[in-house]
Amino acid sequence: MATLGPSHYSPYPVAVYENILPPPPGKALLFTEVVDEEVAMREAAKAMLTRENPTIFPGPQVIYAWNEEAKEKARLIRELAEVLEAKIIPMVDYRPKYPKIDPEKEINPNHPNLTIWHNNIKACIFVGVHCHYANVALKIIRAETDCFTIALCSNAGHEDAMITLRDQHADELRKFIEIAKEVKKEVK
Amino acid sequence: MSINIFKINEELKEFIPQEVIDLEEKATWGNPKRGVMDLPYAKELLEEHSLCAGCPESMAFRYILASLPNPEDTIIVNSTGCTSLVFPHIALHTVHSLFGNQNAVATGIKRTLEWRFPDKVKDVIVLAGDGATVDIGLDCTLQSFFRQEKITTICFDNEVYANTGGQESGTTVQGHVFKMAPKGKQWPKVPMWQLAIDSGCHYVVRMSVSSPKKVEQVVKKAIYVAREVGPTYLHFYTPCILEIGLNSDDGLMEMRDKDKERFKFFEYVSPQAEEVIAKKKEEGLL
Repeated sequence: MATLGPSHYSPYPVAVYENILPPPPGKALLFTEVVDEEVAMREAAKAMLTRENPTIFPGPQVIYAWNEEAKEKARLIRELAEVLEAKIIPMVDYRPKYPKIDPEKEINPNHPNLTIWHNNIKACIFVGVHCHYANVALKIIRAETDCFTIALCSNAGHEDAMITLRDQHADELRKFIEIAKEVKKEVK
Repeated sequence: MSINIFKINEELKEFIPQEVIDLEEKATWGNPKRGVMDLPYAKELLEEHSLCAGCPESMAFRYILASLPNPEDTIIVNSTGCTSLVFPHIALHTVHSLFGNQNAVATGIKRTLEWRFPDKVKDVIVLAGDGATVDIGLDCTLQSFFRQEKITTICFDNEVYANTGGQESGTTVQGHVFKMAPKGKQWPKVPMWQLAIDSGCHYVVRMSVSSPKKVEQVVKKAIYVAREVGPTYLHFYTPCILEIGLNSDDGLMEMRDKDKERFKFFEYVSPQAEEVIAKKKEEGLL
């Protein structure tokens, strides 16, 4: 299926070859557009509150209590899930688990589509997943499912997500929760 | 390394699969009496490995990892070979050095750790195959013994360069024929355990890994002696069942057979090492 050429090294579409780049510092990415962080947060909350089976996928950086920020982020993620009425399905590690994975309890970056298909997830948030595995998983989800992906990244963001928020730490999560509360009042 | 990196955030614990919670709750971190009897329950260091089914080296790996008295503060230096395929799977700090210079790298790490953490016990262990220890890395291995570096060196001896197709190594037995050594080896096997004694090691063992409890005992002794006295050396027979034409379930019997021959249990303990071992026995750690 692949033909010669740079992006064809990947079996899936690659956003960067469609001229979609990560957002600059202080900004966010909404599909192909660079927007203010608040606009992206509002759209992300809207997607989570209006689509079927919204789910948050916390990765190892927030699952494990390896520093004080991770503990605080875990608490905030829990709060965010309550506000967005979202399920939490963890990505505990990155070892491939096909076909033994229990898609109701776990997601794996090497075959994330299994969990999304099984639970009919139409909107999701990636948070605390190491960038190289988030890149893999987001490409697969983008190609294989119709799930709306939101990346809360503590580094430079992920162009393969539909909404990318970069430099997201505890303060930004608090801000997102407040915006989500406002959007919830509007849409519910 | 902080043990906290393995602790699950309380806030998210209810969403985590039980097998992952078990990894933390049944872990043996911080318990110097941990040992091979914990193997069926504690999987925090190694659950799955990428070696061949029935590979004796994988058994050795499990026994050694289960026997480390201080895994949270242990660094393993390894070298090229089948062993290096396992290191990405284990939850310890490991350093993959260039082929043969593992004891030199371990020396640097040990000295730096002693300088950086003078009040903490940090164990540095070299795990390498016979090619890295006895052939390509003999210089670095012996030099670290001469310098009395406080590191434990463990050699997995399968008597052949197995994962490159079967070339003879220094530890191949005279006369043995392999795919890439069709005429048979012309010279005797290098008695590395004897070289280790002559080079200044304080605790030296030659054995197969057919007996888990025995492996636990010698690994713990070697680490305790290395901590306080100087270099220690363990020479384990871990045959490559593929290269010698055995089935997956034949590895253990092969080792038991060789327990009666060239891998008959041999232990050398220097007088200083004897003192350390006696002290640890009194403390109930051996």
